[in-house]
Amino acid sequence: MQHLTNRAKPVDRKPMTALEKLYLWNIAKGMWITLKHIFKRKATINFPEQRREFSPVFRGLQVLNRDAEGRENCTACGLCAVACPAEAITMEAAERQPGEEHLYREEKYAAKYEINMLRCIFCGLCEEACPKDAVYLSETFAPSNYQRKGFIYGKEDLLIPHPKLEPEAYQQALGTRAKRQEKASSN
Amino acid sequence: MITLLAIDWLFILEKLILIVSIISISLVIAMYETYAERKVAAVMQDRRGPNRAGPFGILQPLADGLKLFMKEEIIPNTSNRFLFVLGPCMAMLTAMMTSAVIPWGGKIHFTLFGADRWVSLQIADINIGILYIFGVVSMGVYGIMIGGWASNNKFSLMAAMRGASQVISYELPMGLSLIALLMLTGSLKMSSIVGGQIDSWYNVLYQPLGFFIFLVCAFAECNRTPFDLPEAENELNFGYHQEYSSMKLGFYLFAEYINMFISSAVMVSLFWGGYDIPFIKDANLAEQIGYNWLAALQGLSMFIKIAIFIFAFMWVRWTIPRFRYDQLMNLGWKTLIPLSLFNMIITALVVLLREYGWRF
Repeated sequence: MQHLTNRAKPVDRKPMTALEKLYLWNIAKGMWITLKHIFKRKATINFPEQRREFSPVFRGLQVLNRDAEGRENCTACGLCAVACPAEAITMEAAERQPGEEHLYREEKYAAKYEINMLRCIFCGLCEEACPKDAVYLSETFAPSNYQRKGFIYGKEDLLIPHPKLEPEAYQQALGTRAKRQEKASSN
Repeated sequence: MITLLAIDWLFILEKLILIVSIISISLVIAMYETYAERKVAAVMQDRRGPNRAGPFGILQPLADGLKLFMKEEIIPNTSNRFLFVLGPCMAMLTAMMTSAVIPWGGKIHFTLFGADRWVSLQIADINIGILYIFGVVSMGVYGIMIGGWASNNKFSLMAAMRGASQVISYELPMGLSLIALLMLTGSLKMSSIVGGQIDSWYNVLYQPLGFFIFLVCAFAECNRTPFDLPEAENELNFGYHQEYSSMKLGFYLFAEYINMFISSAVMVSLFWGGYDIPFIKDANLAEQIGYNWLAALQGLSMFIKIAIFIFAFMWVRWTIPRFRYDQLMNLGWKTLIPLSLFNMIITALVVLLREYGWRF
């Protein structure tokens, strides 16, 4: 028979000798292998206690950004919703009223901003599309939930904590992003 | 009334306590065998195994047992109801009964109402102990057979047939290898077989081949890999317990683990000195620490030996693939039986020659 590749190994079809019929030597070899594996390092990471580090380009849950004074960046232009290939983002725009200047950076803002985390594919195109640096992907992932509606994240879930009122939570939500941005701008 | 008083009620009480404690110990051990099996499987496959329920997953068997109890019990419509329930009961019963003749330790001594009492840690020291074990073990096949038949399912029936023929064929070399041992010990009584090994050479040194054949047959009798054809998860859909659910399935699984424990205990008793503490003269130790402590230590040493055997059972299970049916039968009939016959004849010759002072 002609072989297609030279990788084929001929099978030994000799009848087993009396010693081989006892299977002893091969069983002993196998047992030695399994015994060795007892002392090997375990490949498992104990998930809730130990976490694997994400790579620096990891794309996780979206965050709606604020500027240094704590005003929302988003102007509800809808570019992220247009860019979104999974059509996960919906928003409603509203006009900024006098006296709300400390809340919103520009005169138009998103009154409603929802991302359906079941549709989202975490591609990061919203982040790329955003002209105002208002939405970016963080280093966490959406926690599990018992209901579908629990996966529709509104503004209260997405907004980053206020940098002045809750500076610690803000820094935590920012993660390594600030450093990375500094690095990128210095390059 | 007089006859009632003549009965040694204390004796019955002692035996009752012994029976209850040995049955509960073997149940607990069977529970933790399931845990150990999963842990051993895990470490051999570079995994971690159950580690969530309690520290190191110690409570995992409890959780598993609870789960089995809570599950819905399904009895198939077409099954024979009575036999369907009888199957797991038989499996459990025969698994439990074997522990009756195994000596678990030396004698305990205490004084009650001013009378000395010596209690041996053995439920029944009958003079045909090893025959009793064989009798009960061969009954174990009824659990498989009845379960497989009553399920009214062709896979279960096929598995049951396989199981029955396997257990019957491996009983022969097991018995033959034992005959060689019995020529040396000269007794069927478990306590005297163990007693002959205490502070002396273990029988395995005289009967290495016999022990080996016995070990292989014990694997087959317990339906453990590589001889787990009756269960054969991937070809027969779990074999004879395919139709079983809830605690009836639990009973089958439990019976398997108890069988493992008991056959380890039998092997330790027959070949590895039973409850003898190795490298130490037990009789001298008794004078130093007293008989009760000695009995406790002996029980401990017995359980350590058993644990080593149980580990071996698991070690083999997670190493060796299942035999094909014809390979199984060939190994049993064409290799093990001739080998054990050979062993028997050699032993008989040596015993005979020794009796006549090595003169031909």
